[in-house]
Amino acid sequence: MVAVPIEIAAGSDFIQLLTPEGERLENAEYPLDISAEEVRGLYRDLALVRRFDVEATALQRQGELGIWAQLLGQEAAQIGSGRALLPGDMVFPTYREHGVAWCRGIAPEKLLELFRGVNFGGWDPNQHNFALYTIVIGAQTLHATGYAMGMQRDGSEDAVIVYFGDGATSEGDVNEAFIFAASYNTPVVFFLQNNQWAISVPEERQSRIPLYQRAHGFGFPGVRVDGNDVLACLAVTRKALQHAREGQGPFLIEAFTYRMGAHTTSDDPTRYRLASELETWKLRDPIERVKAYLSRNGLADSSFYESVDAEGAELAARVREACLSMPEPKPLDIFDQVYAGGSPLVDEERAVYENYLAGYDHAEGGR
Amino acid sequence: MAGVAIARALNMGLRKALESDPKVVIMGEDVGKLGGVFRVTDGLQKDFGDDRVMDTPLAESGIVGTAVGLAMRGYRPICEIQFDGFVFPAFDQIVSQVAKLHYRSAGQVKVPIVIRIPFGGGIGAVEHHSESPEALFSHVAGLKVVACSNAADAFTMIQQSVASDDPVIFFEPKRRYWEKSELDTNAPLAEAVPLHAARVVRPGRDLTLLAYGPMVKTALDAAKVAADEGHELEVVDVRSLSPIDWETIADSVRHTSRCVVVQEAQVFMGVGAELAARITEKCFFSLQAPVLRVGGFATPYPPSRMEEHYLPDLDRVLDAVDRSLAF
Repeated sequence: MVAVPIEIAAGSDFIQLLTPEGERLENAEYPLDISAEEVRGLYRDLALVRRFDVEATALQRQGELGIWAQLLGQEAAQIGSGRALLPGDMVFPTYREHGVAWCRGIAPEKLLELFRGVNFGGWDPNQHNFALYTIVIGAQTLHATGYAMGMQRDGSEDAVIVYFGDGATSEGDVNEAFIFAASYNTPVVFFLQNNQWAISVPEERQSRIPLYQRAHGFGFPGVRVDGNDVLACLAVTRKALQHAREGQGPFLIEAFTYRMGAHTTSDDPTRYRLASELETWKLRDPIERVKAYLSRNGLADSSFYESVDAEGAELAARVREACLSMPEPKPLDIFDQVYAGGSPLVDEERAVYENYLAGYDHAEGGR
Repeated sequence: MAGVAIARALNMGLRKALESDPKVVIMGEDVGKLGGVFRVTDGLQKDFGDDRVMDTPLAESGIVGTAVGLAMRGYRPICEIQFDGFVFPAFDQIVSQVAKLHYRSAGQVKVPIVIRIPFGGGIGAVEHHSESPEALFSHVAGLKVVACSNAADAFTMIQQSVASDDPVIFFEPKRRYWEKSELDTNAPLAEAVPLHAARVVRPGRDLTLLAYGPMVKTALDAAKVAADEGHELEVVDVRSLSPIDWETIADSVRHTSRCVVVQEAQVFMGVGAELAARITEKCFFSLQAPVLRVGGFATPYPPSRMEEHYLPDLDRVLDAVDRSLAF
């Protein structure tokens, strides 16, 4: 069976403000007034989350994490959209939004707790306006839409952004979320990171048309942005959030990017894609182009890059130390927080198991 | 109030819930203008507006999934699933999201959602309209599961479920919707039987009949006939399937020494299996007969012209009672 080919993004429906060579483009619909200081800030974000991702991958390889979902290649999509958010906006991530978490002020080491297996997410979603990672594909798009329905009822001027991938667009929940969001005109931005691969399955198995065009069928705007262009992602997400805030309803952004790493550390991309594809995308690297822009315009010198590198090294060391010194959960923690109102069944099983463990200790001590 | 139908009692309970907390919202298919296909939400949208009583798009996963988001935002959604057999598109959201969010977030996210499901057969319906999926939900940690059997319980239990900070799967006995019973709407909710308590609805000394939802009436009918034959059956309305009130149930079985469980759902791997196993553990030295179960067969729910053979009726219950007594 031959997959239906898809026209790769290019031309007028592909929003780009910074070329891979670091050349700044203007776009009348998505203007971006940004200072050199702010661009240096974005560079720092991009470089630090990549450094963090490299460290987490290494920790998994050394057996300290059960698994790690790499962000490599998607830094611009996440930092650009993440920096477009206002404090009151609510984020619903997948399990790969380490860059967005960074923008929400979540300490990177907290992200490791899920992957080390000490809990299912170490942060308070309400404190950071950043929901827990969702592993079931696409399920969070409905939560985001419902949350936005709540915002409408509260008369809030905030908006919701929800992240998902190209594979998720085939899920029923994502399509139902589009329908509910359109029907109730909810303030939600659907941020689709099309990284080309749903584990081993390419985008063309999910869709015969460019994914951003799906939005039109549901009755709201959809655009495709260069997902490796942090400036374009920032400008487009700002505009989409503004659209939502103004009561104009949902908005779909397809950030066209590439998963440069494996799906997770358990995956082996050499089984399903060509090395040359990765080489092509390396030329569109999201960080290199910002560096090129800063350098060619004389907006940063080597001492700036050195200071970011040094900060990255410190971050990596801190994350490693935090990972290795993470407290082990205790066996009876299993029984905590199953229910808000408690449960006699859970209480009984906890007591029985506690008693069982105590008997074991006693037997060992007696030997 | 004498003679209030279960559907009406639910409607009155929902109205109370909407009145007492502005964060309570009702959402589902046809719950607004139509008032629900069983009229359980009749008149509520008119009185509380369509922000609080929402006709949703026709998508069950969408209903429950957006309810999760509303709950995260501080709302207390009541979702109506139109029929038992239509809950399965929402099963993923219920099992993987609704049930687990409190646990996953170490208690930081509460999910006070009520999912109302009319369940059971006996109404001559087409397929997917007569099922009893309660065991599937009772098997999921993080969910609470209850079933009402009369107007008074319907009125209080729906309000208690809405007030619960945990998600509650609320089963309504579809074929009993129009049966009337006593209801005192002025009785304080705080003094009502707790949501997760079982209740002895007919005392007796010879055998305990355990039932819930639509089968409570069948069990009571059976107990009346048995009384004519000289056997005093104690009928316990289990009411809460997760958690289960073992104290009330075990007290009854220790007292009578025999037990028959009645359910519409298929017997194999059903709620009755859990009841039988735990009763055996807790009441082993009091039992004079194994716990017997009466329920549906290990078949899909049949076409309606055969359903009277599938559904436990008075005779099948009494047959099991006789077998237990003869043991």
